[in-house]
Amino acid sequence: MDKLINQFEFGLFFWQVLIFVGLILLLKKFAWKPILDAVNEREEGIKNALQSAEQARKDMENLMSNNEKLAAEARAERDAMMKEAREIKEKMINDAKAEAQIQGEKMIEQAKAAIESEKNAAMADLKNQVSALSLEIAEKLLKDELSNKEAQAKLVEKMLGDAKLN
Amino acid sequence: MVISRKPSHLIVAALLALMPLLSIANENHGEATSTHATEAVAPAGEEGHGEGHETGDIRSEIKSHINHHVLDSHDFTLFADDKEGKHFGFPLPVILWDGELHMFSSAEFHHAENGVVESNGKYYVLSHHDGKIYRTDASGTLTEDEKSGHPTNVHPIDLSITKSVLFIIITAILMFFLFTRLAKSYAKNGGIPKGMVRIFEPLVVFIRDEIAIPNIGEKNYKKYMSYLLTIFFFILFLNLFGLTPLGVNVTGNLTITFSLAILTFLITNLTANKNYWGHIFWMPGVPYLMRIVLAPIELLGVFIKPFSLMIRLYANIFAGHIVIMSIIGLMFIFKSWIGSPLSFGLAFVLSILEILVAFLQAYIFTMLTALYFGSANEEHHHEEAHH
Repeated sequence: MDKLINQFEFGLFFWQVLIFVGLILLLKKFAWKPILDAVNEREEGIKNALQSAEQARKDMENLMSNNEKLAAEARAERDAMMKEAREIKEKMINDAKAEAQIQGEKMIEQAKAAIESEKNAAMADLKNQVSALSLEIAEKLLKDELSNKEAQAKLVEKMLGDAKLN
Repeated sequence: MVISRKPSHLIVAALLALMPLLSIANENHGEATSTHATEAVAPAGEEGHGEGHETGDIRSEIKSHINHHVLDSHDFTLFADDKEGKHFGFPLPVILWDGELHMFSSAEFHHAENGVVESNGKYYVLSHHDGKIYRTDASGTLTEDEKSGHPTNVHPIDLSITKSVLFIIITAILMFFLFTRLAKSYAKNGGIPKGMVRIFEPLVVFIRDEIAIPNIGEKNYKKYMSYLLTIFFFILFLNLFGLTPLGVNVTGNLTITFSLAILTFLITNLTANKNYWGHIFWMPGVPYLMRIVLAPIELLGVFIKPFSLMIRLYANIFAGHIVIMSIIGLMFIFKSWIGSPLSFGLAFVLSILEILVAFLQAYIFTMLTALYFGSANEEHHHEEAHH
């Protein structure tokens, strides 16, 4: 113990404390603080980068699910539209068909009526013609027959016979 | 070939491991000579020297060399020539306060006759017995205490730049240079360190994440970080310097470990909260009678903690130096084809172990310091949960 105490040197102690405390203060200002700050800053930076990457991943996921939702909506809308279009088409076709039928029927009716009236007119005309011709023929025949007495008689007879046949 | 797989690692490891051997081998020569020289100069030499017996001579030389190596010294000897008595190194300034300031070079102790240096009318001599400077008279007489053998002459306040102080200054400058460069490299490269200095970043982060935060807690650790980082690298660098060819023993010096421990002691107690003192003088959760008994024990613990820090670092580094040097010394005693390589191999392995110890002791000192800071900052609610 005595030997150990004898080893104590005041001068060495003085210099050691002076230099060491000075070194602590100097290094604190010029080295440790900048180093620890830089390390902390870097660690924070890494943490933030990781967090923002995670956030970006989440955003991306959200975006993708949104996209999917939108796409599904669009698909549903398209399907609905197509269905509607099909329905409209069918309805139009049906409507057209119905109308065409009605129209056709009407036209047929009209045609029928026209035909009927034409027929009637033609018949009337025919009757007139026939009566006129008959009169003409009768006139001619009478003229001929009346020029010959015998012939006239025969004709009258014949005509009478014809008229009977009629 | 297993060896050729990682040749660079092997070479580096081998070089690192060889460094202390070289150093101490050099030192062995050098310091032994300096002992010679001082003994030749100062007549009061009492080391068992020159008794004619060769191994005894080497043994005492090694012993005195080891004793000198582990202590601080006033000059810096790199190596020396034993026969010619020359040292190769450089003297260091001696600064004394003895009523007034005395400054001279330590080389004067060797140049002057009798080893007595006259400065401002006072005479000083360097005792080779304990390496301290004493005031003396013109003839350089030292009166010795009969019981302990220490000189009883007046010991002036010695503020010399000794070998240890020189290495503290070098370490401080080195640390300042390295860590300001690391700090600047962050600013320059946008938060990412560049260059050689970045090898220190993992250590800095380790001290923060594995030592400071677990022991002190998220809330308070920041104010202690500068101290913890400085003390860790300071001890680590000085431990490693002790293993280089320069062969200094700074962290194995009781004065140094005392000053480091006293700083930890002061910071712990000056920044301690109410809860810490409450635990010492009025332990909560135990009967009143026990509190009175516990108070002195706890108070003793306040002083024992830094004391154990001081002794642990000192003893580990000191013992490491002594053991390695003794084994290297064996090489010179054996001088045989079997003994010397054996002790060389042993010293090699021990040197590698010492590198581990250098890191381990720096870690333990920092770790325990952080633990004490943590106890000074413990929160009350934590304690109640504890009991």
